[in-house]
Amino acid sequence: METIIIEGTPKTPSVHFDSTSGILQLKGRSIPENSIEFYKPLVEWLDEYASKPQPKTAVNIQLEYFNTSSSKCLLDLFKKLESMHKGGSDIMIKWYYEEDDEDMLEAGEDYQSIINIPFKMIEVEG
Amino acid sequence: MPQIVLAQQPKSRLMIDIYDLYNKMEGNNIMLSFKGDITSELMTSILHIMESRLDSMKEDTKVKKKVYNVLVECLQNLYHHIDEVPDKKVDKNNSGKSAIFMIGIGESDYSIVTGNYLLTEKVPSFKKMLERINSLNTEDLKNLYKEILNNERLSEKGGGGLGMIDIARKTGQKLNFNFVEINDKYSFFSLNIKVGHTQLQNN
Repeated sequence: METIIIEGTPKTPSVHFDSTSGILQLKGRSIPENSIEFYKPLVEWLDEYASKPQPKTAVNIQLEYFNTSSSKCLLDLFKKLESMHKGGSDIMIKWYYEEDDEDMLEAGEDYQSIINIPFKMIEVEG
Repeated sequence: MPQIVLAQQPKSRLMIDIYDLYNKMEGNNIMLSFKGDITSELMTSILHIMESRLDSMKEDTKVKKKVYNVLVECLQNLYHHIDEVPDKKVDKNNSGKSAIFMIGIGESDYSIVTGNYLLTEKVPSFKKMLERINSLNTEDLKNLYKEILNNERLSEKGGGGLGMIDIARKTGQKLNFNFVEINDKYSFFSLNIKVGHTQLQNN
């Protein structure tokens, strides 16, 4: 299956979903008015990947900003990953936040408490 | 000497009003204001302008992020939830999806003010939701946010009040809102959100 590579824009994150390495990355800003439109192909890609995933899948979320409509779409992605994890797939979500950005840390912790997948909170320099 | 004749004509109502409006904005330390249709391009521009302004003011990163986040939610609320006012008696000159948006800077906080029309029939449920948010403490807000995030179906407009809850959580303050009933069909909703910039947030 194909690797998804999408360049970031002021309103949407850069995406790198690589089925051969099992590394899935979202980076930048996610504040589009219509998040469903942006995230739909990513969710579909994940559906296909779930049928034959790598032994290990690493998910890197490094967002500077995201709006509440993206927050639902992120949860959709995480729920797909959660069902893969339930099926025995080795998955880890790394949630990056800039130092002192308590709001972003808290957002990660919100997901951590909803989704049953190992999360790792990683502080990076702003 | 036609120029002099023109100059001696009484000033138009608009010309006097604009000076008055300018002074009011100046007095309220308005950094940026807009009245008109809220489009995707407009939101991109406002966010870009505000980000540059906050950078040039050397605003604290933490405060800058809070202001930016609240701006995004406020603008997108306007974008998604304005009700069109086709009745020209209410809003004479607009296509209908018009709103007002202002950002001011006070001594201890930024103010983000929005105003838009909505259908009067929607007021009671919307008001109830805002009052519910205002009645909750930090922990309960967090739980409500997670509950809505996890349980409600996603609509294209987002929804479920997630944006308002997010604003309340990020600012650590009650939502300051008002409804003016124009007639039994249309009401005007205004919101004034404050983000502290001198003191650290307490949440």
